[in-house]
Amino acid sequence: MSTALEPRSDAATADRPGDGRSARRAGDWARRAPLLPALIFLIIVTQLPFVGTLVISFMDWNAYYPDERGFAGFDNFARVLTDVNTRDSIITTIVLTVSVVLISLVLGLLIALLLDRAFLGRGLVRTMMITPFLVVPVAAALVWKHALYNPEYGLFNGLLTGLFGENAVQPDWISTWPLSSIVAALVWQWTPFMMLIILAGLQSKPHDVMEAAKIDGCSNWQTFRYMTFPHLRQYLELGGLLGSIYIVQNFDAVFTITSGGLGTANLPYTIYQTFYNAQDYGRASAAGVVVVIGTILIAMLALRTVSSLFREEGSR
Amino acid sequence: MTATIDAPPATPSRLATAPPRRNRSGMLLGLLAWIVGLLFVAPVLWMVLTSFHNENDAATNPPSLFAPLSLEGYANFFGSTTGASPWPPLLNSVTASVLSTLLVLLLAIPAAYALSIRPVRKWTDVLFFFLSTKMLPVVAGLLPVYLIAQGIGMLDNIWLLVVLYTSMNLPIAVWMMRSFLAEVPGEVLEAASMDGCSLPRTLRTIVIPMVAPGIAATSLICFIFSWNELLFARVLTATVAQTAPVFLTSFVTSQGLFLAKVCAAAVVVSLPVLIAGFAAQDKLVQGLSLGAIK
Repeated sequence: MSTALEPRSDAATADRPGDGRSARRAGDWARRAPLLPALIFLIIVTQLPFVGTLVISFMDWNAYYPDERGFAGFDNFARVLTDVNTRDSIITTIVLTVSVVLISLVLGLLIALLLDRAFLGRGLVRTMMITPFLVVPVAAALVWKHALYNPEYGLFNGLLTGLFGENAVQPDWISTWPLSSIVAALVWQWTPFMMLIILAGLQSKPHDVMEAAKIDGCSNWQTFRYMTFPHLRQYLELGGLLGSIYIVQNFDAVFTITSGGLGTANLPYTIYQTFYNAQDYGRASAAGVVVVIGTILIAMLALRTVSSLFREEGSR
Repeated sequence: MTATIDAPPATPSRLATAPPRRNRSGMLLGLLAWIVGLLFVAPVLWMVLTSFHNENDAATNPPSLFAPLSLEGYANFFGSTTGASPWPPLLNSVTASVLSTLLVLLLAIPAAYALSIRPVRKWTDVLFFFLSTKMLPVVAGLLPVYLIAQGIGMLDNIWLLVVLYTSMNLPIAVWMMRSFLAEVPGEVLEAASMDGCSLPRTLRTIVIPMVAPGIAATSLICFIFSWNELLFARVLTATVAQTAPVFLTSFVTSQGLFLAKVCAAAVVVSLPVLIAGFAAQDKLVQGLSLGAIK
């Protein structure tokens, strides 16, 4: 960290002991000034709406019945927490997030290991690998839904016919495995993300130490288990954390592939529907507050991970 | 963490140091990498190929790989049959993404300066406050935003999306820019101030050029996230200000022969992100890791 300028500004104010304190306070504000526009903007645009959500969550407010607006106490929360749909969507959110993050982390690690070696066309393979991440999420979900999963003319069933002839099985992928269909499409998009972060970790490992291990007769597995993997841990954590932040909030894939049907509605989709289709503002807000509380619990864990990463960077 | 990802042009030098082809398992692993890469890119290639087939060839089972190429899908997407032109949504997406990215840089660079070069007290707390706003699910604040926008008549207005996308990307940009500014050596700034260089001039002539690659990485990530956003745009815009992803959702429940058109739509809407991402592959990982990986 470059704090080199700090002592100098203090020294300048120390010349005049009389008003040193007010000058220092002015110095503090001069330091804060560049920060304030961003901070104020962010508080107004992202924090104030949550206050609004909190207030509305205690109100009886459905836009279809404007006359019945009023104070509802904890009714909305009671309804949200006892509602089977909400409980299902909480479970769906957890299953979706955990499976996508874990599968893409493992695949990303394996592919990063493959790409960490020199071979013909390595740059080209790397470019091919990151392509899925660069397709707009709605577009990717549309392509999976219509061009790959479609039971009549999708690529998957087309390949089955091509391989096994006219009598090949032709599953209706989305109806038969709705949640797995979404997971597969998301894993396809997020594996490149994990792969990029892990590959960066692999390429930053100390080569002289690895060389020494090889000379000392460590097997490939031993080197990986005791040297590469511990080095990669922080990169795996970073990938897992950032992936979770984005996938827990996924809306595009659920909305596009199944429209929340067949038990695939996650929390963002359920809240969107309660508010956008059912117009039940009170209940949507209560669900929002529940999500925020859940997220804060997870985020505190996650922030601890990031700050440990951060300390390492700082101590560099 | 000072990892550098090899950009594709750097590959030949690595190959030169590779052992000669005596290693059979090495070749097999290389082959495996190729197969995996092809598997991952296959849906994209299929999307592009289908977009250039006519509707009848696009919807065959088994698939007709070698059907004659056609621009029917693109013609349909650009409104030759329905009359619904995708240009206004595409232009809205450009407006929202570019303006919000500029606004993000305008707010994030001074903030990052106050968190790195001349840090405020407790600057780590401020930094983590920025990140924590990113963890709160956007859907939880959506309703009040909708109601306020309705109250002040900003619904279906592209400026509302510009403001929201700015707030969505600001934490990421502050984190990234802070890590880039922290790399600027203190001695350089010291020397500049000794020579009587004023602060704005120091920023303009020394700091900004030094962190220009970082600014590019930040802009790339902010642009991609704004371009891709669906939930805000879907709820807060209608016919006037709808963005390209919202336009795409009209294909969710389509029936009949439309596969080439859907694929053409997906190609056109993804093209800016694909171009930007390929052009700046090495910046991508910097951005995705919030500047933690360089």
